[in-house]
Amino acid sequence: MSDKEKDRLENKGLSPQERPLFCDKRPKTYKPLNKYWEKFLNWARANSLWILAYGTGCGAIELRPLMTSRFDMYRWGIAPRPTPRQAGVFIIGGYLSIKTLKRVIRSYEQMQGPKFVIGLGSCTINGGMYWDSYNTINRLDHYIPVDVYVTGCMPRPEAIIAGFNKLKELIKQGKADGDNEYVKNLEWYKKNQKQIIKDWDMPDYNW
Amino acid sequence: MQESLFTTIGYAVISLAAITLYGISLNGIVRKIVARVHGRFGPPVWQPFIDIFKNYARRRSVAHGTMFFLGPVFRLAGGVGTYLFIPAILGSAIFSNFSFAGDVLLVMYFIFFGQLGMALGAGESGHPYSPMGVGRGLSQMTAFELPFALSVIAIVIQYNTLSITQIVQAQQGSILNWTLFTNPLAVIAGLFAMLGMNMHSPFDIVIAPQEIPIGPPTEYHSQYLGMLQTNRGLFTAAKLVLFMNLYFGGATNFIELIVKTFFIYMVSVAVGVAFPRFRTEESIRFFLKVPLIIALAAIIFVSL
Repeated sequence: MSDKEKDRLENKGLSPQERPLFCDKRPKTYKPLNKYWEKFLNWARANSLWILAYGTGCGAIELRPLMTSRFDMYRWGIAPRPTPRQAGVFIIGGYLSIKTLKRVIRSYEQMQGPKFVIGLGSCTINGGMYWDSYNTINRLDHYIPVDVYVTGCMPRPEAIIAGFNKLKELIKQGKADGDNEYVKNLEWYKKNQKQIIKDWDMPDYNW
Repeated sequence: MQESLFTTIGYAVISLAAITLYGISLNGIVRKIVARVHGRFGPPVWQPFIDIFKNYARRRSVAHGTMFFLGPVFRLAGGVGTYLFIPAILGSAIFSNFSFAGDVLLVMYFIFFGQLGMALGAGESGHPYSPMGVGRGLSQMTAFELPFALSVIAIVIQYNTLSITQIVQAQQGSILNWTLFTNPLAVIAGLFAMLGMNMHSPFDIVIAPQEIPIGPPTEYHSQYLGMLQTNRGLFTAAKLVLFMNLYFGGATNFIELIVKTFFIYMVSVAVGVAFPRFRTEESIRFFLKVPLIIALAAIIFVSL
């Protein structure tokens, strides 16, 4: 296989007519910059967390109080953002049905790195009360890299804030590198995703 | 004395940097004030700077085509162009920028240049919310352009000049020489237009959170968004400096500029926190009724 072909994704899920309409470029990993510069940028990233306003399960209801004057997430630089292009944090709010997983993958890949994922509630860890359900996934980190888990069913806004603080610590230490992790292990993640999503009709990486 | 080219460029860069920093901080302060009105602590005042750093440092960005790429460039060019032809501080070599005899016309053109460029860029992104936001933005722009242009024409007739420097000079001496007192009707019409221009509630139909979140820049991310955010600070400050020059006697030092523009911006912010958003047609009808009549009255008042 030539280098050029290696740089391309196969996009087998698309029909031959559709294939030219989508980008088939393989994403790249990124090295951190100069030590001090990267440290400063990590501080900026940790203090400006833009959440993708996309609630996937019952946990999304716990995100609303965060915006109110009682919990006021804005004072930590956390703000909701309506589009995946601009968001940096993806909160998976609880159980994830297979149908939703497809949208989650699309949205996650459309987010620009560095990006972080918070898994909310027991359902994202082991399936929780839906562990033997026919249409939900059990372990979220088989499908997208997760930086922080917040346990509970459902976790209170205080717990979510604690999760955010943990995420901030990780970002400042440079340990929250899910973006590179995903690209490095793209084959493994894609295998898992395609195993469970039977009607895969999107490109292998949604640019 | 003829200044060298390098001095002129150096002055322009200093002036531009100062006003950009001021504009971005102003956005931060306003976010804090709005949060206090809501009964929240709100983000720190320097939050916009952190957001901008973060966006410029994003590791990846996707382009949707040449026009998509040029959209934020045009927007920023609109902001820079608007500011560079307004004399920010009267009598200051650094802050008088490239003011010349007919600058008021050029500045009025530049205010709308950025929005048109952004409309082309956002159109290419292909997201359905973008053209919706652009359509709303352009129609609202046409609506508030009427009272604004008539108000500026009233002032131009009043002072018999097209130069902002001369308009400011004519207002010096006493507070009663300000256009606010010599031609209050034009100022009221102009301030109504400013409410629309600043895109605060009730005229935030372009960004319209909860409706077409977030309008034209939906697909803009990373460095593109960083540029748009930088321009937001610069453009806001540039417009405020223009309004200060036309209606409130201009400024003779930087402190005066900050105090005056801050309070002019507070008009927009106070209206914004008190009123909910208009619908598109309500907003356009609003500008074509009372502000337009006031602006016409201002011209009649001046020509009498």
